[in-house]
Amino acid sequence: MNAIILSAIWGVVMMYTGVVTRKKSISRIVAIVGILLLITVNWLEYAGVPFFNIHSAGMLSFSSFGLVFNLVLFVCTLFYFLLSGSDMEDVGDNVADYFALIFFVLCGTAIATSFSSLLMLFLGIEIMTIPLYILAASDKRNLKSNEAALKYFLMGTFSTGLMLMGIAFLYGATGTFYTEGLNLGFGKISPMIMAGIVLLMISMSFKVSAVPFHFWTPDVYDGSPTVFTSFMATIVKAAAFMAFLRLFENAFGKMHTQWQLMIAIIAAATMIVGNLTAVFQQSVKRMLAYSSIAQAGFMLLAVFALNNTGKQGLVVYAAAYSLATIGVFAVLIKMKDFTFEGFNGLAKYQPLLAALLTVFLLSLAGIPLTAGFFAKYYMLVAALKNGNMFWLVIVGVLCAAISVYYYFRVIQAMYFKEGNDPEISVSESFKTILLVVGILVVLLGIHPDWLLHMLND
Amino acid sequence: MLSAFDNFPALLIWFPLIGGVIAFLLKQESSVKTWAMFSSIMTLVVMGVSLLYTDPKHYLLNQVSYFWLKDLGSSFGLLLDGMSRILCLLTAISFPLIFAATWNTNYKNTNSFYGLMLLTQCGLMGVFLATDALVFYFFWELALIPVYFLASQWGGEKRIQAAFKFFIYTFAGSLLMLIGILYIYLKTADQSFSLFSFYNTVLSTKEQGWLFWLFFIAFAIKMPIFPFHTWQPDAYEQSTTAVTMVLSGVMVKMGVFALIRWLIPLFPDAVKNYANIVIGLSVVGMIYASCIAMVQNDLKRLVAYSSIAHIGLMSAAIFTLQPDAMQGVMIQMFNHGINIIGLWIVVELIEQQTGVRKISELGGVAQKAPILAIMLVVIALANIALPLTNAFVGEFLMFSGLFRFNAWYAAVAGLSIILAAVYTLNMIKNVFYGNTNQVTEKFREITIDQRVILAVIVVLVFMVGVFPGPMFQLVEQATDVLFKRISAK
Repeated sequence: MNAIILSAIWGVVMMYTGVVTRKKSISRIVAIVGILLLITVNWLEYAGVPFFNIHSAGMLSFSSFGLVFNLVLFVCTLFYFLLSGSDMEDVGDNVADYFALIFFVLCGTAIATSFSSLLMLFLGIEIMTIPLYILAASDKRNLKSNEAALKYFLMGTFSTGLMLMGIAFLYGATGTFYTEGLNLGFGKISPMIMAGIVLLMISMSFKVSAVPFHFWTPDVYDGSPTVFTSFMATIVKAAAFMAFLRLFENAFGKMHTQWQLMIAIIAAATMIVGNLTAVFQQSVKRMLAYSSIAQAGFMLLAVFALNNTGKQGLVVYAAAYSLATIGVFAVLIKMKDFTFEGFNGLAKYQPLLAALLTVFLLSLAGIPLTAGFFAKYYMLVAALKNGNMFWLVIVGVLCAAISVYYYFRVIQAMYFKEGNDPEISVSESFKTILLVVGILVVLLGIHPDWLLHMLND
Repeated sequence: MLSAFDNFPALLIWFPLIGGVIAFLLKQESSVKTWAMFSSIMTLVVMGVSLLYTDPKHYLLNQVSYFWLKDLGSSFGLLLDGMSRILCLLTAISFPLIFAATWNTNYKNTNSFYGLMLLTQCGLMGVFLATDALVFYFFWELALIPVYFLASQWGGEKRIQAAFKFFIYTFAGSLLMLIGILYIYLKTADQSFSLFSFYNTVLSTKEQGWLFWLFFIAFAIKMPIFPFHTWQPDAYEQSTTAVTMVLSGVMVKMGVFALIRWLIPLFPDAVKNYANIVIGLSVVGMIYASCIAMVQNDLKRLVAYSSIAHIGLMSAAIFTLQPDAMQGVMIQMFNHGINIIGLWIVVELIEQQTGVRKISELGGVAQKAPILAIMLVVIALANIALPLTNAFVGEFLMFSGLFRFNAWYAAVAGLSIILAAVYTLNMIKNVFYGNTNQVTEKFREITIDQRVILAVIVVLVFMVGVFPGPMFQLVEQATDVLFKRISAK
């Protein structure tokens, strides 16, 4: 509850900051203070100090698992602000508003990780996505940005419509919105319930950009200003996954076997299509868009398996994937040329950036001693523990092997190809923060226990 | 002085790791080289000292297990038994030899070259020592990544593609192995990655059947066994010689070693079921590789294909499940490493002076450099396993095991010995004898330090060839333990 209320308040504070001062650096500092406060109050709630005790009639429930997940997302946002906050100033003049919108998104993510009523799920997802439509269009004079926003908006509202319809079906069949109260899995399952589940599955697949509902993703990610793509592809996506898992665990967990095959097919298709398409991209930004689809396929294994290992794994996955992707994007924003050739010879001119980028890419590829390995490890163990559909695991690792191809193309360009100085200007503080992110990625890869210990307490 | 805290397996990993990190930080070219040499010799010294403490009394010095990832049931477990001792010894000897042999080669970014080399050594040691499946997997990858960077950054024109092919191949294989590891892990009684828990886990014949292939493909790619070998000649040819020596001398042994340490004792039923397929593939690969080696005109490719043939024999011998063949394999892993590094050194010396690797363009080197010629002939004869050389002992045991398993296999595989003699002697004849031409006219005799390096190899060749006793002592106990495990299943 702390995080939901504070992030909403801070969004308003940010808007007023934009009114009071036009100085962009001040807005940035206020935003960083805000996210630090958000981390603190969320931590306090986790430690047992809730500031608010609003009666939500059981529509929200705060488990330590959801709070830890929030914490991971907020820490990633902190790094995102620190690394890319100053790049928002290049997008347009209303920097304070961008930050305000991001705080509203965070409010939505906090709801999406704690809902226990289908209405709250709907609210959380909507609060999360509506500010994103605006952010996608924030580069007002750019046609591609406008196109991305419109596409995102149309697809987003469409999938929201499906979600509402699914919720309506479920309500009609059971008479309740509470996820725990649906009482599914006992007795006969009516076609209405099955239709509701399928509709919810489709709309959630839209939100996490799973195949075959992924077509909006590459265009939106490519067209939006790169700073906001970074945010969309990481924190928002992870939160949507959390909502996906929470919904299917709490509401439909008891009839797991009935929908498991559908999720398995979606996961396999997502991994295959995402990875194969990423191989053929010429632009690193588009490649990252497809890689985010491919990674989503791996994350779907947690929903498929629906066990404790998968839940823990999703936290590790969210942290590993978000940190590494934010790091890659932070460097990408500084580049002028988004093609693979643009990275040629980067190691010679920016050795530290190239080395850190290598760490992030290795992590995304799931190489041991980086956080990405344990992310994949947990997903594979979860899927194996589930015991059914062994083929899904094989598809998963083969796709992971394919992903090496396109991640390593960047490494090859940086280290083994000759190129001109990309002349990127990065401050010392940027390098230091990126180094901290790199160290975090490696630390999580050597010892993920400290993150998981928080979950088990 | 020696206590449970500074035990050998841990030292063998820490020394190259710390050495590698320091090498990255050094700026001056000469100091990097000296440091790398010093660091690798220190590792060799540790290895040498450890050979004095092989008896069970010093159990604690040779086996360690640190807590790590306790929640997952994994611990940092290392063990220095007879077989890993042989391979660690090979790793420890070969790195100083490689550094010495390529001392005069100048690399751009010297510090990262030597840093990556030492990290590779660390990864290799870890693979040979690990008794925990997750740690084994980690080191398996840790050995691969520095080699990928080494092979892509330094070498021939097509090096980037060749190294990438190598990387994707091995990475795909190791991911399949990871599934296998995770599956067995979930089956263990105590949810542990420990090798010994793995050994104690009962797997049905059906499970063994497909788990076998998941592991086998990973190892077969690394060794490589026909038809998984296609990355190898390109990677060997395109890499710079120092890296080729690591790849062919030590790295391919990862696959052979892993077969004996992990695959055979875990899935004995499947091994018996599929023995014919694997031996068949190996024998076909031996003949195939030998035939291609006969028509090779490039010295590096010739040695690469001869290596495929030798590894094929090792894998065939392993799957016969004969104790003495297994001993032969363990000994041969060491000897093959030494011999092939010797061959690469000779190739490197010729290429350094002439700039040519084509056999047809060379000739008459023996007139100009008789000492080099003598050294080469000894190493080449060792490579085709003449009596009194080191490889004879191992190959004899492997062939006798294969013969007892099925005489036909032995007969066909035996052909490869004849073919090996043909291409090796042919190469000697064309490169070293005959008349000099304008390429070899100005060939100079090798310098004193080059002689010393080759002499070390020649001494090793004869020492093991004439007195194989100490080696047998190391491998006998390892083989006993292995076969007890198989029969217990």
